[in-house]
Amino acid sequence: MSDASARLPKYAIRYADRMREGFAVRALLILFALAFLAVFLFLPLMSIFAEAFKRGGDAYLAAFDDPHAMAAIRLTLIVAAIAVPFNVITGIAAAWAIAKFDFKGKNLLTSLIDLPFSVSPVIAGLIYVLLFGAQGYFGAWLKAHNVEIIFAVPGIVLATVFVTFPFVARELIPHLQALGKDDEEAALTLGASGWRTFFTITLPNVKWSLLYGVLLCNARAMGEFGAVSVVSGRIRGLTTTIPTQIEILYNEYNGVAAFALASLLAALALVTLVLKTFLEWRYADAIAASRHS
Amino acid sequence: MSVTLVIDQAEKQFDVFRALRGVSFTVEPGELMALLGPSGSGKTTLLRAIAGLEQLDHGRVLFDDVDTRQLSLRDRRIGFVFQSYALFKTMNVFENIAFGLRARPPARRPAEAEIKRRVGDLLELVQLAGLEKRFPAQLSGGQRQRVALARALAIEPRVLLLDEPFGALDAKVRKDLRSWLRDLHGRTGHTTVFVTHDQEEALELADRVAILNLGAIEQIGSPDAVYDQPESAFVCEFLGETNKLPVHIAGGQAFFENMPVFRSSGQNHSGPASLYVRPQHIKLVDNGPLSLQGVVAHIRRNGAIRRLEVAVKGYARRLELDLASAVAPAIGERVSMKITAGHIF
Repeated sequence: MSDASARLPKYAIRYADRMREGFAVRALLILFALAFLAVFLFLPLMSIFAEAFKRGGDAYLAAFDDPHAMAAIRLTLIVAAIAVPFNVITGIAAAWAIAKFDFKGKNLLTSLIDLPFSVSPVIAGLIYVLLFGAQGYFGAWLKAHNVEIIFAVPGIVLATVFVTFPFVARELIPHLQALGKDDEEAALTLGASGWRTFFTITLPNVKWSLLYGVLLCNARAMGEFGAVSVVSGRIRGLTTTIPTQIEILYNEYNGVAAFALASLLAALALVTLVLKTFLEWRYADAIAASRHS
Repeated sequence: MSVTLVIDQAEKQFDVFRALRGVSFTVEPGELMALLGPSGSGKTTLLRAIAGLEQLDHGRVLFDDVDTRQLSLRDRRIGFVFQSYALFKTMNVFENIAFGLRARPPARRPAEAEIKRRVGDLLELVQLAGLEKRFPAQLSGGQRQRVALARALAIEPRVLLLDEPFGALDAKVRKDLRSWLRDLHGRTGHTTVFVTHDQEEALELADRVAILNLGAIEQIGSPDAVYDQPESAFVCEFLGETNKLPVHIAGGQAFFENMPVFRSSGQNHSGPASLYVRPQHIKLVDNGPLSLQGVVAHIRRNGAIRRLEVAVKGYARRLELDLASAVAPAIGERVSMKITAGHIF
């Protein structure tokens, strides 16, 4: 720093000084930012773990011994295992179509992809109840054919798919658009088939965006509450996921068990964050290259 | 290997914009043809249509006698070098060049050793041996361009198409690559079409130049022919520098400000016209017949030559001429000029 300023002409140093605020102002701003982070991010996160371990490690572990808790964890994993791959495939397809082709109704499709972000998850859940519930449009037909959707696993999967649909597509569309069509056209003139072009050119070009999309999609799929709460009916041990199970436990004043389960979701968020940061750090060059060059 | 490329009545419209209006020409086997024109003249659309990346509304593209509409992109075997080079960022130089060979259907795909040998030969050809492990981001602009060319040549193309091949390079590299590409073409002998908006590039590099304007061909011919015998006012103004004098034609002579300034052979019609004169075709003379009077307004150095700007009564701009002798008139001096060659449209 002193080296650099030694080489700078005098007026430049004066200018740099003028651009910098006084010590008091700087300290105040930094303090404010730190206080904000502490109150709104750090304290809540810590309180989850503090509450979960309030009665010690044994009580914490006992919370997971409950068959209902285990069922909730299993169901959450199953739902994510279906919803995430489904949204990856449809998200890639939608992003590919929007970024690389021109067709009628393209703007409409783009807005539709954003719809789940703008609709309250509770409304999303209610839509499915309205469609597939016992009193819904298809309710009678579904009952006649012995298909259960609402208050059952298929409904939870549907609601989760709906709520988490935009993550992958939203992450991919701007990246694919920025990349243009030249690479794909080059591959086609070199004799590659459409599939080969997609798997060897398009997909590797956007793999980091795709990975971000998947991470975010997964975190939301496991954490979704509103829509799942409406369509699942919260039948204990059958249709409760981790978030809905937490609410049930909390309402029953079973704080330790509720926060123990909550600590799982918090840990998932932290792992997602760490993974994302690690990838960004480890593959910074590759990411920069695929985004800009 | 090389084919005759025939473009027959090519028409293409984008919404309301007519990009190509009935373009026809033939590129002989092994010929190097330049498509030259301002932006929006349709030259890139035409190149993409030859490649099959764009569908023509009407007209045909033939490789020898084969209508390319029957051929898939793979079967067309086009070597296309994109303006952006479009190198595959996630693959190294070797994999980029090998891509076309690996993409072949299994029955026609060469063995790994053969791929290695072919890519090695191509790297040798484009003088990039030793760089096969590099990624595109680690190459200079000129190197990327040569990788793009090697990749296009790897599929043994029937026609080589280059879109603004030197557009993204700085001036020095451009010049080097230009003569290098000329050499390479001499050795490989592919039927080649390249698009450029740089007339110097087109004239220096091509066997023939096709000049496009508003989706139609204005003129097509050797660099000498299009430069020395322009067939339209557009070609005259687009190629090289030129003075445009408003004249009146009568009795085979061009009158400027009611004074005869130029005798044109084979000019039969009478009436107002434009006389196009290149700076090197105006000479300073002693007063005489068909001379033009003016006052020297400015003298510029233009590379090897000196350029005189002369104010002439009745001409809103300044007449520009190249000084042939070492002795220059002073600024403000009255001079007489004679037009030695010109074109009337």
